[in-house]
Amino acid sequence: MNITVSQSNSSARRELIAFRIGDQEFCVDIMQVREIRGWTPATPLPRTPGYVKGVINLRGAVLPIVDLGARLGLAGTDEPSARHVIMVINQGARVLGLLVDAVSDIIDVTEDMVQPTPDIACDQVKVFVKGLFAVEGRMISLISLDRILPDIEAEAA
Amino acid sequence: MDPFESIKQTFFQECDELLTDAEQGLLAMESGDADSETINAVFRAVHSVKGGAGAFGLEDLIRFAHVFETVMDEIRSGQMPLTDEVAKVLLRAFDVLADHVVAARDGTKVEEGRSGGALSELKSLIGQEGDEDDDLSGGDEDFGFVPMVISLDDDAPAAAASLDEPPPFDMAALAQTMAAEEPAEAPAAGGSVWRVDFAPKSEMYGKANEAGLILRELARLGETEVTLNENDLPPLDQLSAEHAHLSWTVRLTTELGYAEIHEVFEFVEDDCALSIVNESNPAAGAPAREMSDDERAAASADAPLDIAALLAKVSGEAPAEAPAPEPDLVAEATSSDDSLAAASAEAPLDVAALIARAQSADVPPAAAPAPVAKPAAPAAPVAAAPPAAAAAAAPANANAPTAPQATIRVDLDRVDRLINAVGELVIQQAMLSQQVLESGLARSSNVALGLEDLELLTREIQDSVMAIRAQPVKSVFQRMPRLAREVAEMTGKRVKLVMEGEGTEVDKTVIERLTDPITHMLRNAIDHGLEDPEGRIAAGKPPEGVVRLRALHRGGRIVIELQDDGRGINRPRVRGIAVDRGLIMEDAVLSDEEIDNLIFLPGFSTAEVISDISGRGVGMDVVRRSIQGLGGRISISSEPGKGSKFTMSLPLTLAVLDGMVVTAAEQTLVAPLSAIVESLTPKAEDIHYIGGKDAVIRIRDTFVPLIDVGVALGFRDTPIANGQGVAVLVESEGGGKAALLVEAIQGQRQVVIKSLEANYQQIDGVAAATILGDGRVALILDVDALVTTTRRKPAAARTEKRMAS
Repeated sequence: MNITVSQSNSSARRELIAFRIGDQEFCVDIMQVREIRGWTPATPLPRTPGYVKGVINLRGAVLPIVDLGARLGLAGTDEPSARHVIMVINQGARVLGLLVDAVSDIIDVTEDMVQPTPDIACDQVKVFVKGLFAVEGRMISLISLDRILPDIEAEAA
Repeated sequence: MDPFESIKQTFFQECDELLTDAEQGLLAMESGDADSETINAVFRAVHSVKGGAGAFGLEDLIRFAHVFETVMDEIRSGQMPLTDEVAKVLLRAFDVLADHVVAARDGTKVEEGRSGGALSELKSLIGQEGDEDDDLSGGDEDFGFVPMVISLDDDAPAAAASLDEPPPFDMAALAQTMAAEEPAEAPAAGGSVWRVDFAPKSEMYGKANEAGLILRELARLGETEVTLNENDLPPLDQLSAEHAHLSWTVRLTTELGYAEIHEVFEFVEDDCALSIVNESNPAAGAPAREMSDDERAAASADAPLDIAALLAKVSGEAPAEAPAPEPDLVAEATSSDDSLAAASAEAPLDVAALIARAQSADVPPAAAPAPVAKPAAPAAPVAAAPPAAAAAAAPANANAPTAPQATIRVDLDRVDRLINAVGELVIQQAMLSQQVLESGLARSSNVALGLEDLELLTREIQDSVMAIRAQPVKSVFQRMPRLAREVAEMTGKRVKLVMEGEGTEVDKTVIERLTDPITHMLRNAIDHGLEDPEGRIAAGKPPEGVVRLRALHRGGRIVIELQDDGRGINRPRVRGIAVDRGLIMEDAVLSDEEIDNLIFLPGFSTAEVISDISGRGVGMDVVRRSIQGLGGRISISSEPGKGSKFTMSLPLTLAVLDGMVVTAAEQTLVAPLSAIVESLTPKAEDIHYIGGKDAVIRIRDTFVPLIDVGVALGFRDTPIANGQGVAVLVESEGGGKAALLVEAIQGQRQVVIKSLEANYQQIDGVAAATILGDGRVALILDVDALVTTTRRKPAAARTEKRMAS
């Protein structure tokens, strides 16, 4: 299903990929997503936060996998199965995989449809949720990927 | 690009090659195993630098190169014995020469004192000729500059001839410069009188040659008496500006031979009527008399001989035999005269080559020497004439060093892409093999056999691809002699640097990072290791210290050794300093080896006086860190009074690593083979506990810490039960040993190193990652970090290390 929501000319259009974790829906800019692939067992990394599932081999590159649910403070995925999905995304010069439950659809929106994140959200959510969309009665959170990986400086100290 | 700039660039590139050749020759001369060809090669190299510099008016460079060349010439001709002292002066002067080249390229100036010092050292070698030498270089300088602005003499009817062809003049000027040295070179054997009849034709002026300049050059060969013959000059109303009407008769008194005189006319002889006659010895000049315009046949018959001799000289072959074909051409053919003639012919050659390249900027120099040569000799279009032949020989000469090995330049990115792809191929191939075997196919099935062939092929491709990036360490080593000389000079020590194994190949990525550590170590060896000459004599050693730099392959790694025969490490002092700096406890019990290794600690310096060269206390610490960063290790062995030896062992490439594949806490891990000393099955009774939980294992009466890898990496909480698993004894870079306890050893294999930092970040205890045959990622252990972490070293030290690596 591909839902075109608005024809508004007033603002730049963008396409977003929506995905599901648990019973919540999120989205990221389609340009950031390189590919979507099924789950393959990851090699755990020592001394990493719990939401870093490990690394997998993506055609020769070592790709860290972040359990996005755990990162956002939702219930993490304990035993990922082949039904889970890895979204391979670009984050600056790096490439990383986001473990999500399922990719739902591609949505076509304009900037003026983005609603600011309400104040009630806790700090951890506010770091990652840049805004909300209301699409067909569903609420989809727009995710910022900038701080998905653990802070390197903090880790090194 | 501005064509002139591009020639200049070519010139500086050639300079680099020439200087490298010259330095090698000089080093051979210093070590006493230089034959005459080596000396000639150095002379030629310096000469070519000077020749090129002349074309660009690089005054400082010319002046310096000229004096250098003069000294080389003295040595070459055997007038100056090649003593140790002379060789050393030459080497020092060479460094200044190299500086001059760099300064000329960057448009800067060499420090006056430095240049002047070396210059006066050189001049003192040629002692009594100092004054003359000054004159010569003065004249030389003139010639280097003047060609572009030289004024036309008023006697040139074809004054309209364009002057935008300065190089021919310059070439002639350089040839002249060479010739001008001759008096110093070949002491007067009694000058003979030559009569030169010179009648230019219009074509000569048409090709932008100047009778006045040629006469002037003749005048430089000796005393001249010029008579103008204007008999052919028509009345003014019939005078055509386009025609040559004048001719000259020159009586030249010189001790030079026919060849030198004839050479002045090298570029014009086809466009003039020329006769060169030796009046004092008509018999010797007889053949030359036939060199008139009318009897061209005779000249062309003579020419091939001359060319052959020139070519022989240019290619440096059989200098002794060359004079043979032309005794009847050269009036006073002595061997040295003759080789000088050849040498002076070379000056225009190289310049001609440069010009040729410039004029054919679009033609690759190596592609077609012949067409390139043509424009180089605008004055001598007849191919058979010596100048053209010489010009043709010049590009050949210039290209000689590169010709034997056909190479292409490839962007490093492309090679890296290829290497990555091949790495994937290897992994994919391994995965495929494994899956085929797991699928239950017989080992003898065609598929399995085909896969085996594929494996061999893949290996070969991988090796070949890695070889593309491999380079000899020479590029690093060749910078060291100069460094050694400079440090020796600053410290007042005498050093002989002996290098071996320069051809040892190693991956380019490793080479690039070798320079700094070797530089540091060499400085240290000379500054700290070697005694001063007095100290050495007092210790019963020769005053000159020997530092050996060696590279060799050993066990799939490259080993670089730096050995000095100095005083060795002063262990009590090292220990005292370490205690003073709080690096060790006062009552620490350390073996000799451990004390030696203290010098690698951060902030350690044994120099009592901190000097410019070394002794800021960062040296060896930095060396060790950069070596470790390359996946290598460094060790020191020292014997008091006899010297120290540093041994660096590095992987041949940063792309692959020999590893031991082990299992710990159900994870597959790779331990770098370079760190592993041995593996053993621990017995329960060998494992002891110090205090609460810190386990040690007894290995042949020494106790080393026992590290459970699964626990250390946080994969599980409970250690392997006593007496289970396998212990791998490793040695960290710091020399400390530890036993890593794992569940099983799977085997040994080469793995492709994959960076974790590229997409994630560094993890303590993990050096990198790799991809195994099953397609899964395996982590490569950072043995050093594991050992030091477990030892609870101060956290600061570890952080520092991580930042550096």
